[in-house]
Amino acid sequence: MSAAITAITMPKWGLTMTEGKVVQWLKPEGASFAQGEEILEIETSKITNVVEAEADGTLRRIVAPEGATLPIGALLAVLAPEDTPVAQIDEFVAGFVVVERPDDATDASDTVTPRELEVAGRRLRYLELGSGDEVPVLLLHGFGADLNSWMFTQPALSDGRRTIALDLPGHGGSTKDIGSGDADAFVDMVDCALAELGIERVHLVGHSLGGAVAALVAARRPERIASLTLIAPSGLGSEINAAFIDGFVRMARRRDAVEVLNRLVHDPALVSRTMVEDVLRYKRIDGVTTALETIAHAWFAGGRQTRDVRAEITALAAPVQIIWGRDDKIIPVAQAEALASRLPVHILDAAGHLPHMEKAGEVNRLIRRFIES
Amino acid sequence: MPVKTIRQALHEALEQEMRRDPRVVVIGEDVSGGAGTEGGRDAAGGVLGVTKGLIKEFGEARVIDTPITESAIMGAASGAAVTGLRPVAELMFSDFLGVCFDQIFNQAAKFRYMFGGKARTPLVIRTMVGAGRSAAAQHSQSPYHIFTSVPGLKVVVPSNAYDAKGLLIQAIRDDDPVVFCEHKLMYDLKAEVPDEAYTIPFGEANVVRDGDDVTIVALSRMVHYAGEAAEKLAAEGIECEIIDPRTTSPLDEDTILESVERTGRLVVVDEATPRCSMATDIAALVADKAFGSLKAPIRRVTAPHTPVPFAPSLEKLYIPDPDRIAAAVRDVHGYAR
Repeated sequence: MSAAITAITMPKWGLTMTEGKVVQWLKPEGASFAQGEEILEIETSKITNVVEAEADGTLRRIVAPEGATLPIGALLAVLAPEDTPVAQIDEFVAGFVVVERPDDATDASDTVTPRELEVAGRRLRYLELGSGDEVPVLLLHGFGADLNSWMFTQPALSDGRRTIALDLPGHGGSTKDIGSGDADAFVDMVDCALAELGIERVHLVGHSLGGAVAALVAARRPERIASLTLIAPSGLGSEINAAFIDGFVRMARRRDAVEVLNRLVHDPALVSRTMVEDVLRYKRIDGVTTALETIAHAWFAGGRQTRDVRAEITALAAPVQIIWGRDDKIIPVAQAEALASRLPVHILDAAGHLPHMEKAGEVNRLIRRFIES
Repeated sequence: MPVKTIRQALHEALEQEMRRDPRVVVIGEDVSGGAGTEGGRDAAGGVLGVTKGLIKEFGEARVIDTPITESAIMGAASGAAVTGLRPVAELMFSDFLGVCFDQIFNQAAKFRYMFGGKARTPLVIRTMVGAGRSAAAQHSQSPYHIFTSVPGLKVVVPSNAYDAKGLLIQAIRDDDPVVFCEHKLMYDLKAEVPDEAYTIPFGEANVVRDGDDVTIVALSRMVHYAGEAAEKLAAEGIECEIIDPRTTSPLDEDTILESVERTGRLVVVDEATPRCSMATDIAALVADKAFGSLKAPIRRVTAPHTPVPFAPSLEKLYIPDPDRIAAAVRDVHGYAR
């Protein structure tokens, strides 16, 4: 059945990715695999990640050899049941058409580029992917990050639904004038952004500081919240790696940045040269250091988390789940374990403070299952 | 992210700093130009258009056209810097530095030291370097090593539009004299450049490409030639790490040394003449401080010790090219004691 033939294509991870390199096939041609198993490794100019199986299947044909660099959407492999005739696989490969990249589209509304909205005179950048009738998802990044930190998450959630990744004030392409930078200021901005985007009901997904913001937005607008996924959020205890916060605010040179960013992850190999460069490019912009200092002071004064959101979370009627990396060196995983009796808590091995990047497949499945149920 | 040319990036840096700080002024030959001509004011906007439009927003008091007298430009700018302005002076072709060397070498560079640290000289000297336009021996040199050899001067050699904007803003905000060397063949080179103002710290090299086999240190336009060579070499299985120092004074020694300690092999690419040059300086640095790591002799790929030829065919031979860089890399990579 030709309907059972599907393609693995070159994914698009992040705003700037145009092509990727097939580093290694982790399954041989002909192998069967279960959902979640690692199929191949792809390297971009910024990051290396594995592509995991979205469903059980069989790798019938490897089209892209190891070492090949191919554009987004290019055919990498063919999945089909074992009894599918070879001729049908050949036909599928021959007839495969790379979906035209949005960048080449003439209609500007199709392009996957970030947009901006204005809230109380302040500019916020956001990236919207997907459309459909399902309840939209809003993604809120952590301290010092931006919407690109959802590069593996957002595409996986955008099938049949609007997904929006927002740059919080002081971050990414959003305004560097952040006012007080405290919890109320962030919640106000996100709340207004939701109104501006015309979102009535929403699944909130927040990482780290963005997790605490998401929890507080949910507490303010409980009627709007379909679910809340918190990934290594702040606000579940007082302990935090003060040296990281301080180091991130102060770092100006590559050497310092590598040391600071390595603390974010379980495997430092994730922190590529270009990822470090991207963070430094953000940090060099006028006003960023002041914004980060203000935020750090408002949220983490004295090297402790000062805004606790546990009461807000446990009082929520909407379902809440918590995802954490066991090797989190920024906020201790014990803060999640303490809540495990009251909320679903998923602790992922071999992941640090960025489980949504380090264990993207697993986190995507957890979020999808949660918002689809 | 918007894509801009080096020309646009430099213009934006000047414009943003002039808006931010009223002490920033631009001074030089034809920085607006056109006075008394049919074209009217702003007809030139600098010899390659970088300062075009500034006079409209900032007026004659802050965009100052001078007579053709480099010594007066540098003298006036140095004095203005010591007395509180932050001038960006244009020395159109760096080849003309001889005319105003006293003002730069013996005055601006020495003020802080001579006045016991009480004087600051926030002066930027923008100037063009580089061969490749058949502009002959008196308009084609790359004498940044001469500036680099002077204590008290900082020297910037940007290779792309992103760096050009961030380094020029850093130069304007710096309290010491900075010589900012723009390659005359690169003004139309494009890169992603943020609209916002940003600074790149001096003495922080850019690692342009990762590789474990051979370290290439390249400056200005040569960074791009090194990149072309590295592409070819990668196909042969030789992985080059390319380091762009971005500033020659201060020089990011650590990044160069750490790379050579890993690769054990160094090729330095410099469009300038080889005697007492940056290529020679960096080779000496590595021979001195990383000798134990070296697996092969250091190779310098530079211009010959001659004036820049006018004839296009000879000029082409004069400037290092990707083939010569690749040959040098193969040489050190295949070296056996």
